Amino acid sequence: MADTTLETTEIARRPRKIRWETIGDHFVLILGSLLMILPPLLALTTASHDAVTIHRQGIQVGLGDDLGKNFHAAMFEKGGFTQTVDGTLMLMNSFILGIGFAVGKIIISMMAAYAIVYFRLRFATLAFWVIFTTLLLPLEVRILPSYEAIQKLGLTNTYTGLIVPLIASATGTFFFRQFFMSVPEELAEAARIDGAGPWKFFVDILVPLSRTMIAAIFIIMFVFGWNQYLWPTLITTDESFFTLVRGIKQIVLTYTDSQIPEHGQALALAIVAMIPPVAIVIFFQNWFVKGLTESDK
Amino acid sequence: MAQVSLEGIRKVYPSGFKAVETTSFTIQDGEFVVLVGPSGCGKSTLLRMIAGLEDITEGTLKIGDRVVNNVDPADRDIAMVFQNYALYPHMTVRKNIGYGLKNRGTPASEIAAKVEDAAKMLNLTEYLDRKPAQLSGGQRQRVAMGRAVVRDPALFLFDEPLSNLDAKLRNQMRIEIKALQRRLGTTAVYVTHDQVEAMTMADRIIVLNAGRIEQIGTPSEIYHNPASTFVASFMGAPPMNLIEAQVDQGQVRINGYDGIMTTPTSANGPVTLGIRPEDIELDGQGSVPFQVDILEELGAHRLLHGQLGGQPFTVLVSKDHAAQTGETQITLKPDALRLFDVETGKVI
Repeated sequence: MADTTLETTEIARRPRKIRWETIGDHFVLILGSLLMILPPLLALTTASHDAVTIHRQGIQVGLGDDLGKNFHAAMFEKGGFTQTVDGTLMLMNSFILGIGFAVGKIIISMMAAYAIVYFRLRFATLAFWVIFTTLLLPLEVRILPSYEAIQKLGLTNTYTGLIVPLIASATGTFFFRQFFMSVPEELAEAARIDGAGPWKFFVDILVPLSRTMIAAIFIIMFVFGWNQYLWPTLITTDESFFTLVRGIKQIVLTYTDSQIPEHGQALALAIVAMIPPVAIVIFFQNWFVKGLTESDK
Repeated sequence: MAQVSLEGIRKVYPSGFKAVETTSFTIQDGEFVVLVGPSGCGKSTLLRMIAGLEDITEGTLKIGDRVVNNVDPADRDIAMVFQNYALYPHMTVRKNIGYGLKNRGTPASEIAAKVEDAAKMLNLTEYLDRKPAQLSGGQRQRVAMGRAVVRDPALFLFDEPLSNLDAKLRNQMRIEIKALQRRLGTTAVYVTHDQVEAMTMADRIIVLNAGRIEQIGTPSEIYHNPASTFVASFMGAPPMNLIEAQVDQGQVRINGYDGIMTTPTSANGPVTLGIRPEDIELDGQGSVPFQVDILEELGAHRLLHGQLGGQPFTVLVSKDHAAQTGETQITLKPDALRLFDVETGKVI
């Protein structure tokens, strides 16, 4: 009996104690969520008004009537200087850049890590650290020589020029190296005895084992590639290579003939530009969990 | 099936560490040879050289009639079972077993049939579509065996395959592996640090110490006639008693005890006297005094730890034998006495 009373009093006391903490926690969480959600939400509501209203009254909280119209215009109306690019083309370009960037980075860094970890290279450690120190040298540092090289190769205004100079990845190489070093050595030896050469071992065993690593790096690199602004601006002058991120600015910039910039369309395009990275994070997150719970190692 | 011969094989690592001193021996066709020794004795290096996973510094290695020093592991017609099994975690049991065949371009229908056969032999049929993570330790061990068996190689190589299993399963798998090897008649080299495994499984045991072969022989030879004090103390549990003694004109005298035993040896001077704990009789009529300090109950046997002439000594008696601590008399079976050189540890 004594035990029971003790328990009930404890249970009775506990909710009161937790409630304040819970309220505090929720307050912080809600505040944080609002901070994150409000800008895109306001972008969406503002995008539902016509350009004149936005130009006059600024950001709109309520929903207007022009949401469909603005989205349609942003996606399908030919715009820009040459009147040849529309939102769908830019969306496609962004996808090409994002996916090409992520896939390229994964392939290059996996192969680099494979070479460093599994082959008795001379100066392998040195090579790794040289790769690693390039983390300290982002694109912006080498942007002029990179531009010159691409320009001399005649790769300006090509997808190759857009993607290839960016795919060497110290981060990816580092992650894959750490992962490969955690794979038991006997696996490579067993594969050797099973008649799998270096290429087969890589494709049949290492790549499937790295699935979750690949997914993680794909997310990071896709978003990174999707949001590239400076490099595409430099390397592509042809409007048919414009990405969404650039396109948004292009719409706002059309300040010719005393025209009001199409703020509604720009915001609509901004929302379109936000969806794929978000979708990819959500999609791969499920994949992540699956990979972790069905862990083979 | 093949005979394996090592001629003057030596291994020096680039760091200068001599893992295996010049070694020569031949493994007969169909033989089950166990390499045994403490860790760092070079047994795994030796096995890995036979497998081709480790370069041979010097010497000639033949599998069958072919010199394979520079042959790739895949082309040596061998299969290896690793200590951690090294199963491919993302592949099903079926694919794990069939992977080696697939890489050799075997037709899919033939692979399927061979995998089924191997699985049946190892009681794995119902687990074929599972992944290694969904199997128990013993089942994983069997998959590793299956991967070796399915290719029907000339030579099996085992690198401590049972050390990750619990004691009961280990005993069971020991018998299974031995039975399988018997049935297939495939030559096998088995590395272990467990002398019980070596004794029970081997046709012939090779005892290694510090990169050198101490002795090659059948389990019975190794047990009863150890070539050195190292073999005597490493093989057998409890190990052979090794005590200091003196030989003088065919008579041996244990230090600290005045009794004399005859022994047919020409050597004179200090020796190490060895005798197995079970070759000692405990009886009141015995001539040698033995001070029992600790009694160890093993069920079927009793171990008596104590002192003989001030030197540590162990006696094994059957469970029916009454025993208690204190002073007692023992008899050392004369034909079970082994004498070793004090300096080199070699048998005299």
